[in-house]
Amino acid sequence: MTASAIALLVLVGTGVVASLVPRWPGIAAAGAIAAAALGIPAAVAVLGEGTAVEHRLAWAAPIDEVRIGLDPLSAMFALPLLALGAACAVYGVFYLDRARRPGVPAAVLNLLLAAMLLVVLARDAVVLLIAWEMMTLASYRLVTYEHGDRAVRRAGWVYLIASHLGVACLLALFVLLGHLRGSFGFAELAARPLGGGAAAVAAVLALLGFGVKAGIVPLHVWLPEAHAAAPSHISALMSGVLIKLGLYGLLRTLGFLEPAEWWGPVLAALGSGSALVGIALALYQRDIKRALAYSSIENVGVILIGLGVGLWASDAGHPRIAALALCGAMLHIWTHAMMKGVMFLGAGSVLHGTGTRDLETMGGLMRRMPRTGALFVLGAVAIVGLPPLAGFASEWLVYRGLIDGGLAPGGDAGWILLLLFAVAVLAAVGALATLCFVRIIGVALLGQPRSAAAARAHESGAGMIAPIAALSAGIVVMPFAAPHAVAGLGSVLAQVARVPLSTAPASSVLAPIAWLSLALWLALAAGMVVLRRLAARSRADDTWGCGYAAPTPRMQYTSGSFAEATLQLLPRMLRARISVRREATLFPGHGELVSDRGDPFTRSAYEPLLDRVGKRFAQLRWVQQGITYLYVLYIAATVVIALAIVAAHDWWVAR
Amino acid sequence: MDIVRPILQALFILAVPPIMLGVIVKTKAQFAGRVGPPVLQPYYDLAKLLRKRSVFSRTTTWVFRAGPVIGVTAPLIAAAFIPIGDGDAMVSFDGDFLVVAYLLGLARFFTMAAALDTGSAFEGMGAAREATFACIAEPAFVMGLLAIARANHALSLSGFLGPSVAAHWPHDGPSFVLVAAGLFVVMLAENCRLPVDDPSTHLELTMIHEVMVLDHGGPALGFISYGAAVKLFVFAAMLIRLVIPITEPGWAIWLALAGGTIAISIAIGVVESTVARLRLTHVPAFLLAACLLCALGVVLLVR
Repeated sequence: MTASAIALLVLVGTGVVASLVPRWPGIAAAGAIAAAALGIPAAVAVLGEGTAVEHRLAWAAPIDEVRIGLDPLSAMFALPLLALGAACAVYGVFYLDRARRPGVPAAVLNLLLAAMLLVVLARDAVVLLIAWEMMTLASYRLVTYEHGDRAVRRAGWVYLIASHLGVACLLALFVLLGHLRGSFGFAELAARPLGGGAAAVAAVLALLGFGVKAGIVPLHVWLPEAHAAAPSHISALMSGVLIKLGLYGLLRTLGFLEPAEWWGPVLAALGSGSALVGIALALYQRDIKRALAYSSIENVGVILIGLGVGLWASDAGHPRIAALALCGAMLHIWTHAMMKGVMFLGAGSVLHGTGTRDLETMGGLMRRMPRTGALFVLGAVAIVGLPPLAGFASEWLVYRGLIDGGLAPGGDAGWILLLLFAVAVLAAVGALATLCFVRIIGVALLGQPRSAAAARAHESGAGMIAPIAALSAGIVVMPFAAPHAVAGLGSVLAQVARVPLSTAPASSVLAPIAWLSLALWLALAAGMVVLRRLAARSRADDTWGCGYAAPTPRMQYTSGSFAEATLQLLPRMLRARISVRREATLFPGHGELVSDRGDPFTRSAYEPLLDRVGKRFAQLRWVQQGITYLYVLYIAATVVIALAIVAAHDWWVAR
Repeated sequence: MDIVRPILQALFILAVPPIMLGVIVKTKAQFAGRVGPPVLQPYYDLAKLLRKRSVFSRTTTWVFRAGPVIGVTAPLIAAAFIPIGDGDAMVSFDGDFLVVAYLLGLARFFTMAAALDTGSAFEGMGAAREATFACIAEPAFVMGLLAIARANHALSLSGFLGPSVAAHWPHDGPSFVLVAAGLFVVMLAENCRLPVDDPSTHLELTMIHEVMVLDHGGPALGFISYGAAVKLFVFAAMLIRLVIPITEPGWAIWLALAGGTIAISIAIGVVESTVARLRLTHVPAFLLAACLLCALGVVLLVR
């Protein structure tokens, strides 16, 4: 525990130093590494022993004491946070423009890491909310790093509004909890779980408030905007860790409530919806980082399916299924942090090398950027969930939870059918993800350069490749380490499910995957050697143009045409909106094609709604006169009204 | 027997698949009133391809070579999970049918990536179509196997495609019939057969699989052809174990499997000779029908 408190201080301290010496972002990165070196052993120890520690710090305002602590649930989320945080901090040093005072964003990054660490360490609601707000503001500052760009400012604005609508729900949630239980301390709240109608209200508020951060469909609309706008190492950190903290908050809050039957089904249903919608929208994005962001929504969906089925199974008394599904969800939180780290940092290197995020102007980068390209392909295979890499190991556990539940003899027919159809949903999501990521690597890395910028692309330096390589190593090793890794999750499971669950089923289920991965690696290596032998006598020539003598790079399949056939299968609401205007003349005339790949939820729900709200509020504009003493009057009036309400309440109680 | 069986199984998996292609071509030739190439022609073709020189496009990278390698290794490993002959498969653990689906998915990933690596519009087109149809075929495949698994209350291919299937036919027959029909359609689609794809011609705009491998030649093409045969065999063997349930151990099962392999090849040949290729825009509906058949199979079993 002390170690993680020191890690917190190191992060803040190095951040402060780096912001004072803006030319040396390395100081902040060194701080992030030191924090990881301190915090990771502490978190591993807590996971291993399954104990919780808590520190209290006397502090006058806003409450009597500040309570921070580390328990298994916190430690589980702190691990990817610190590891990915260090990787992204190192990457950022080499990624950001040297001429633009890189120490400042590096310092803000450390502040963001410290805030996220404080979110998982907080042991009372006030500290959590303060840390939550710090996290939002620090990440907002980083998302709008390129604030000269109008699209970036808009993304930051959307992010800020969405986050604060979420925080409003969280404030209501904790006021409700604190009011009914007389304390904001997590220990007190968890000791006497809330039941009945108030618990249902609290659970819905938590789902809304934390769901915004987690990017659960339909609360996800800020996510693709912010991830595309942010510098790539910030996108990696947000996608890998920050959105998962929404899940942390949700799990933490559910611990303050009496378990309700509807949690599991609702979480699983939201997860299935998020997974399907997320990957469907990822299919047709031209912006590589937007596509990756939508894939994060899909992965949060997969995690939610695991969590939902796990809670459901533990409620219904199926400890084995609960252990499999919950371990799968937790492992996916870890593996997704690594995989999305590789993908976003890789996309950052591509952006650094070509200066564009538009898939249509990339192409052929594997030749110009062989190292980054190879690691990017590795990450893509992993994130689709294919063997022999990390994504398969975690998705396998979720699958096994569903299958073991669905194939157990007897049981409630409705529950069995839902589990089995969830398997089909995951299979469909897997196939769609294959399409999505083959498209990304195929259009960006393979084939011929689609623009002059892509033809001139440059490979990144070792400082940018090393963090990606480190995360990739994790992806390769994970299938072998997973049986041991999930064995350490027992105490987290007990905390989430509130009954002791053995992780032995998860470990034994993962054991064959390690063997499969080994067999597959050996077979691939052998196959590569054999093909190299057999094809030793080879010559190079042009790609066969099917008889056409002068093929150009423009004739390649584009990112749009690759996804076109599948788009026709999507519900009309989710498709890109494409309008074609042609002049109806005898001879070819002027034509126009506009495609809108914006988020369909923003387009058809949020924008019209917020427009109307905005028009209504415009009628209140007379309140804002911009005169200082008027605002003082407002404050005074608010205080008087609040005091009057309290007095009236006391009088009512006294009567 | 314990040592002999895996060796026999491995030999069967390695040797039998290409003959399916030969039988299909022979059947089609008979329908067309031709003599057709010998049944063993696929083996001669493979031997020829492996000895040929290679031409690699200047555009391509290592991904282009990874395509054929993964295209042959992944189906071979997948075949090891199929119970061939009497007793269990070479490898078997709970949930292994998902591993088979994902191994075939890995092969598809790299076949498509290799196609895009050439920078050719034709191959990109084939890859896009393959990806699209897989999005419907994949859930159908998984759901079909889930139905069989549900009936047998077993989680591994060896468990639910082994001798126990026979005992469940009288009771769960209706569901099995639906699933068998669904899996047959999935087999046709996944192995680029009519009415989804036409494997016998290159270079038409309706091609899917053949157009993806247009730029592969020599040993790489040999790998791909062999991998495709093994993949067809994986699907066929699962169907055979479902449709021809034999309980008594011994040579009868081996004979049934060999006979079934020929029978399925002939059935595919008959389909290819009598059915016209669907319009591409109608293929999704065809696959959705398979998906629904398998889903119905699941629903019928959960009571």
